[in-house]
Amino acid sequence: MQAHEQSATDAPPPNAELVIDVSGITKRFGAQTVVNSIGMQVRRGEIYGFLGPNGSGKTTFLRMLCGLLKPDAGQGTCLGYDILHQSDEIKKHVGYMTQKFSYYEDLNLEENLDFIARIYQVPNRKQAVSDSLQKLGLHARRKQLAGQLSGGWKQRLALAASLIHNPELLLLDEPTAGVDPKARRDFWEEIHQLAAAGLTVMITTHYMDEAERCHRIAYIAYGNLLTNGTVAEVVSGAKLSVWEVSGPNLPALANELRHKKGIEQVVAFGNTLHVSGPQGEELRNAILPWMKPPYQWNQAESSLEDVFISLMGHSQDNFK
Amino acid sequence: MSTPRFSFKRLWAVVVKEFIQMRRDRLTFGMMVGIPMIQLMLFGFAINSDPKHLPTAIIIQDHSQFSRTFIWSLRNSRYFDVVVEAESERDVQFLLDEGEVQFVINIPADFSRELLRGERPKLLLQADATDPAATGNAIAAINALVANVFDRDLKGPLQKLRDKPGPVEMQIHRLYNQEGKTQYNIVPGLMGVVLTMTMIVITALAITRERERGTMENLLATPARPAEVMFGKIIPYIMIGYIQTILILTAARFLFNVPMLGSIPLLLGLMLIFIAANLAVGITFSTVAKNQLQAMQMSFFFFLPSILLSGFMFPFRGMPTWAQHIGSALPLTHFLRLVRGILLKGNGLLESATHIWPIALFLLIVMAIGIKRYRQTLD
Repeated sequence: MQAHEQSATDAPPPNAELVIDVSGITKRFGAQTVVNSIGMQVRRGEIYGFLGPNGSGKTTFLRMLCGLLKPDAGQGTCLGYDILHQSDEIKKHVGYMTQKFSYYEDLNLEENLDFIARIYQVPNRKQAVSDSLQKLGLHARRKQLAGQLSGGWKQRLALAASLIHNPELLLLDEPTAGVDPKARRDFWEEIHQLAAAGLTVMITTHYMDEAERCHRIAYIAYGNLLTNGTVAEVVSGAKLSVWEVSGPNLPALANELRHKKGIEQVVAFGNTLHVSGPQGEELRNAILPWMKPPYQWNQAESSLEDVFISLMGHSQDNFK
Repeated sequence: MSTPRFSFKRLWAVVVKEFIQMRRDRLTFGMMVGIPMIQLMLFGFAINSDPKHLPTAIIIQDHSQFSRTFIWSLRNSRYFDVVVEAESERDVQFLLDEGEVQFVINIPADFSRELLRGERPKLLLQADATDPAATGNAIAAINALVANVFDRDLKGPLQKLRDKPGPVEMQIHRLYNQEGKTQYNIVPGLMGVVLTMTMIVITALAITRERERGTMENLLATPARPAEVMFGKIIPYIMIGYIQTILILTAARFLFNVPMLGSIPLLLGLMLIFIAANLAVGITFSTVAKNQLQAMQMSFFFFLPSILLSGFMFPFRGMPTWAQHIGSALPLTHFLRLVRGILLKGNGLLESATHIWPIALFLLIVMAIGIKRYRQTLD
């Protein structure tokens, strides 16, 4: 929550220039619609979190933004360039960090960065590579083969490489998967500093704490954009009622509650259960029979996770 | 509207990267030098194209001074080891069928009488020419030998028999295979085979590997153009191809004494088209293959007909028509003719042109398919 409040303070002003402004973006693979008419506005300097279950179309959407895939429908601009026809220009100003480590494992760190710098025709290449190694604390390991690095170091290399040409927009596809908490925290520190310097960052993640560190978030499931806004807007917009209950033999209680009308989720949280539903009145009626000793009930604030799981339950899985 | 331009700097970036990766991958690098050397040794030494001491059976139906002289000089030629001496054809014919002997030589009855009368008696040589390369030199040797083998025996009044066309007639029956081969076929041909094998496999793997390891996604997200990536990957392997060629040419010259009548710079120049054709095949395969295993399988799918139907293994004119048609479509077939023509016959540019244009046509078609299939997006 602290991170969320902090990020809200240094978010860019609402009238800032739009870096991404797209609408109706659609992508089909065969008969499946993977991204279904998504529109999105991202302001310069914003950290925009992109959430959703696995296979929801997040990666596909990012790939369309940077020109790796061609949308089947939709229009818009990225960094002021037309995403349908000017992907060559867009590529020059976008840094893209793929979900899977995608640098050369048989090149060492310096060679990897040097290759990417050559491809982007970075001026003063040698200096840029050296600075980049220095800045990310990779200088001592510059002669090490990328394939021999641990997950955290690979992630640092990938970040360094995607920043070497000073992009205006950074697309990060699950950058912190498999990275330890300390490295994750350092990583986010870096992202916030970059954003404060004017870099726009779009990041996909599964971690709720990371979502709360974003200025704004969007939730996408099965190709559909379900909600977006600041964390507070998303939570309040969902209008989810949550009750917290404690008492003996909670697993048995959970089983009894689970399929009652008006109850959407029953989730164990330590020594308590979180019982939630979209209609406050209906939920209250559903739990009324158990609102007596030995159970203790308290109204709770809904968390981002409650909201997302609720949204996911509502959305239709068009893959099934 | 942006105008994507070809950038030599980006091309060079890919070239440098490929060289570093090549250096790191010691095994593959070793193979690229090792394959030509091993093939040279196998085809050049172990598989001797000028075999000597071939087992020979002789049917002697005329015991005379002349027969003894003839047999003695046969042995002296070192091509023939007389392992069986028989009285009649029945006794030895099966030896040829079974492959026990390579040759059967028949000295007919009345040989010496007819010789002395000046009737030019016939000496019959039957050769197992299943592998024409194995018998060619021995046959050449025996032809030279009969011209003057009896010189010492034909003295005084008989001396006039030595005049042309010579005292005896050599009759040669090649059995099982009618077409003979020239002796230096193998080593120059090997150049084409080695290039076909390594160039296709290596490039097919190099690009499929990028896709399999996920690095292609990254490369596509950069401003690098397809042509830059393609040529950046091709150039290092063209250099490898030339290293292989120089290795083989050096060995051909100094180890196997292959005559080099034509111009080597001409050969090296024209070879570029052949190397490019093979690289284009490799790249096109890599745009189709989903993983490195598939790329490898496709390479061998192409390599086998190349080696079997090009005239490297079997005489081209000995093949059925349909096989010749397939063979004519393959670059190796034309390259073999080109390289043998330049090295052995001393062909110049004019004579080589007939072998070059089919390779160039092949290159154009395959290249067009390759560039069309190389996807700049991940769709």
